[in-house]
Amino acid sequence: MSRIIDKTAAELAADIREGRLTSVEVTTAFLDRIAAVDVTIKAFLHVDRDGALATAAEVDAAVAAGQELGPLAGVPVAVKDVVVTKGLPTTAASKILEGWIPPYDATITERIKAAKMPILGKTNMDEFAMGSSTEYSAFGKTLNPWDTGRIPGGSGGGSAAAVAAKMAPLAIGTDTGGSIRQPGAVTGTFGAKPTYGSNSRFGLIAFSSSLDTPGPVARNALDAALLHEVISGYDPRDSTAIDAPVPPVVAAAKAGANGDLSGLKLGVVKEFAEGADAAEPGVIAAYEAGVEQLVKLGAEIVEVSCPSFSYALPTYYLIAPSEASSNLARYDGVRYGLRAGDDGQHSLEEVMSLTREAGFGPEVKRRIILGTYALSAGYVDAFYGKAQLVRTLIKQDFEKAFEQVDAIISPTTPFIAFKFGERTGDPYQMYLADLYTIPTNLYGGPGVSVPVGLSEGMPVGLQVMGPVMGDDITYRVAAALESTQDTLLADTAPEISTDLRFAALNEDGK
Amino acid sequence: MTKLNDYDKAVETYEPVLGLETHIELDTKTKMFCGCSTAFGAEPNTQTCPVCLALPGALPVANKAAVEATIKIGLALNCHIAEWTRFARKNYFYPDMPKNFQTSQYEEPLCENGYVDVVVDGKDHRIEIERVHLEEDTGKTLHVGGATGRIHGATESLVDYNRAGIPLVEIVTKPVPGTGALAPEVARAYVAELRDIVRSLGVSDVRMEQGSLRCDVNLSLNKPGDEWGTRTETKNVNSLRSVERAVRFEVRRQSALLDAGEKIIQETRHFHEGDGTTSPGRSKEEATDYRYFPEPDLAVMEPSREWVEELRASLPEPPRQRRERLQAAWSLGDKEMQSVVNADAVDLIEATVAAGATPSGAVKWWLGELSRRANESGEELGALAITPAQVAELQGMVDDGRLNDKLARQVIDGVLAGEGSPADVAAERGLEVVSDTGALEAAVDEAIAANPAVADKIRGGTHAAAGVLIGAVMKATKGQADAGTVRQIILDKLS
Repeated sequence: MSRIIDKTAAELAADIREGRLTSVEVTTAFLDRIAAVDVTIKAFLHVDRDGALATAAEVDAAVAAGQELGPLAGVPVAVKDVVVTKGLPTTAASKILEGWIPPYDATITERIKAAKMPILGKTNMDEFAMGSSTEYSAFGKTLNPWDTGRIPGGSGGGSAAAVAAKMAPLAIGTDTGGSIRQPGAVTGTFGAKPTYGSNSRFGLIAFSSSLDTPGPVARNALDAALLHEVISGYDPRDSTAIDAPVPPVVAAAKAGANGDLSGLKLGVVKEFAEGADAAEPGVIAAYEAGVEQLVKLGAEIVEVSCPSFSYALPTYYLIAPSEASSNLARYDGVRYGLRAGDDGQHSLEEVMSLTREAGFGPEVKRRIILGTYALSAGYVDAFYGKAQLVRTLIKQDFEKAFEQVDAIISPTTPFIAFKFGERTGDPYQMYLADLYTIPTNLYGGPGVSVPVGLSEGMPVGLQVMGPVMGDDITYRVAAALESTQDTLLADTAPEISTDLRFAALNEDGK
Repeated sequence: MTKLNDYDKAVETYEPVLGLETHIELDTKTKMFCGCSTAFGAEPNTQTCPVCLALPGALPVANKAAVEATIKIGLALNCHIAEWTRFARKNYFYPDMPKNFQTSQYEEPLCENGYVDVVVDGKDHRIEIERVHLEEDTGKTLHVGGATGRIHGATESLVDYNRAGIPLVEIVTKPVPGTGALAPEVARAYVAELRDIVRSLGVSDVRMEQGSLRCDVNLSLNKPGDEWGTRTETKNVNSLRSVERAVRFEVRRQSALLDAGEKIIQETRHFHEGDGTTSPGRSKEEATDYRYFPEPDLAVMEPSREWVEELRASLPEPPRQRRERLQAAWSLGDKEMQSVVNADAVDLIEATVAAGATPSGAVKWWLGELSRRANESGEELGALAITPAQVAELQGMVDDGRLNDKLARQVIDGVLAGEGSPADVAAERGLEVVSDTGALEAAVDEAIAANPAVADKIRGGTHAAAGVLIGAVMKATKGQADAGTVRQIILDKLS
């Protein structure tokens, strides 16, 4: 492949650093791709062509001046719209924040800027990161580049689709219950949810504070690891940040690429296999083929029992909405964002209420109501309190399992990308998408999703979960699995659908 | 019109149970969870940032100095300092609270189970402390366009977030039974003692009139032997005198209701400074469910025992101990010392004595002339434009005979008017005592000549009559003579 957009981030970085390509050329190629393709895919809510090219030009000047540059300098990145970017609209895909321009940068935005990575724009998502299909964006759905009749996953469907459609070599996602990994799985991209606390949440629009974790989206493990190391590390502005060295994920991805996993013990969770909501046969088949490959590389498969995992979904759906109900209270129309009913006829309380009624979508309202209920007097012990106890049990299950194994593997999500509208009618069916990803969020450890194969022509992901601050092991296993594939799965996506080609011609004809 | 019982009658029939919740603004340099300044009186909304405005994505980080100050308060109140403590969110909607939740503490406060002893009428009363916890203040809302300044009828509500996020310590007592008729005085004495303790720690300026110490007064009544009654919570009682009045009023109001066979409604009430009454606020039925839960944005705190012991060792002498020490050193009676305390003059007198004045001289000026001046101008004693060193200087001039009391008062006028030190004022205004005996003798001669009958009386042995001549001499010298000296000259001349 000769196109710029087909290259990996690592290749692009080397090309820029060594003068074979300029960052302006690279950035322009992706911006042009966005212009051509995104009319159909709709992965971006906002594209910052000028800002991205300005950063690119800076990098080129630095290269020309022979300056020392970071490992991803000049390589463009797309950022999920839940991450605050100074001067760039940031809405979390909610009407309640439409038009809000942040006066400050998130820590990870600062780090991206410090790494001299051009920011292409802000990507679509489920409103406030609540959803598994990006159908709950207030600004329209994003299509799956593999099949535009299907969802790109969620909440980070925009970031995953942007990378899958090669509109960006890299993207930032956030993962509260699977919002990086599940979109990765259903779009054939690589997504990593780092250890909670290892990546700063400062400037991340909060959904569930004790679960939210920002992380990288890429087409392979090494690219993701490079971005991971750019954004990761202690931040004194986040009180829950872990003050410890970043796990060496780049080195681990490189080590894994050698394809040797001998001596490594990989756990499979007994309760996942037995669950009533077990994965689709096609997903299981692709996953098991992946497991066979891992065994061939020398890994030993060990069954581990995590009895509390059966309660992970209900636990999550008490804790996350509880925290969300409080986190989202600040959207009241008083200081910023939408204000409705301020016509001199309504009281203060009515203005707040009308603002929230008009500004929040159905899933956000559902979770605020759920969380408010779970925290209310007389119920808090039975719901929120009990969920915290179960969360502790789930952590203990993980800790016990990691005494036996180095990492735990599972399918990332029980089903391939479903068709639009298929699960919006029944919230529980939607929530099942995160069945395998949620336990890791409740535990706080790292998890990655790596493309493992196809089912019905759609990508399937394999999840690797590690112990807290053991992000490197997840990258090593994932990179080893990639090494067994002749071509990266992400590169086997149908090059362009009829719709896309049509869109591209439209752009060319301008 | 609220029916009220006579207070003395009320406390014959009923036993009051007190409870006090006090909020104290700490004077840390920066806010509780961000780096914004806490300075008082800045232009609205100039001391704000993404954190204290609750912009999307902003996160709090706890201020260590505020945690330290709270631990010190807890230690000074004989509390246990938690080994493991965390913040909690108190959820309710109000425009001056940016996040629409207050970051506070709930089940795991920083300090618990302490006590303070206060003396009322020579008797010790132990006030048990339930908890001392750390939280953040709200912004301030100004309702514009209405007649009352309240939200009803207002056309606009303006919010100033400068105060939002200033660290606030809440100190909650356990119920205080057994005070009987002294309930109002005990309540006042407790708040005063708390104020002195916190001030001695140097962690807050505890100025009630600026709102840096705010008090909620809980009160219930029961007949002897009965269970405790239903309590009311009177909010924002913001002076020592008001604390006393609020208790007294609630005793009178509740007892009248109980006498009439009516029930006390559990409610919050507003205190009215003007007439010392309370009126109903929000009743418990419509009270907010705060939906407390542990604050997930803030790490749990585990104050090390080494740190706690270090802070304990650094505590200053407790105010009560200090008062007892000073009372003995100054040779004051209990009543006198109480007056000094009530006038908030302990520090001032101590500093004046340190600057060289005799204790009795220092007490005389601060409790006498200077208290009177403060009352006249409605200022606090300590806010008067005269320093303890200047008072000591003044007293020194009196002791040296350079000033008499009358002249000294005129010197105070000058010092308070900003004319300089007592010596400067005396020189500038020409207020020194006339010690030139030649001039005085001439004035005495004139007085004798003008009052021959009086002079004869004195010659006849009626020395008391000398007062008339002294008066005449003082008048002639515009008060700048020393009365004793004048008297001696008169008697010498006429005997």
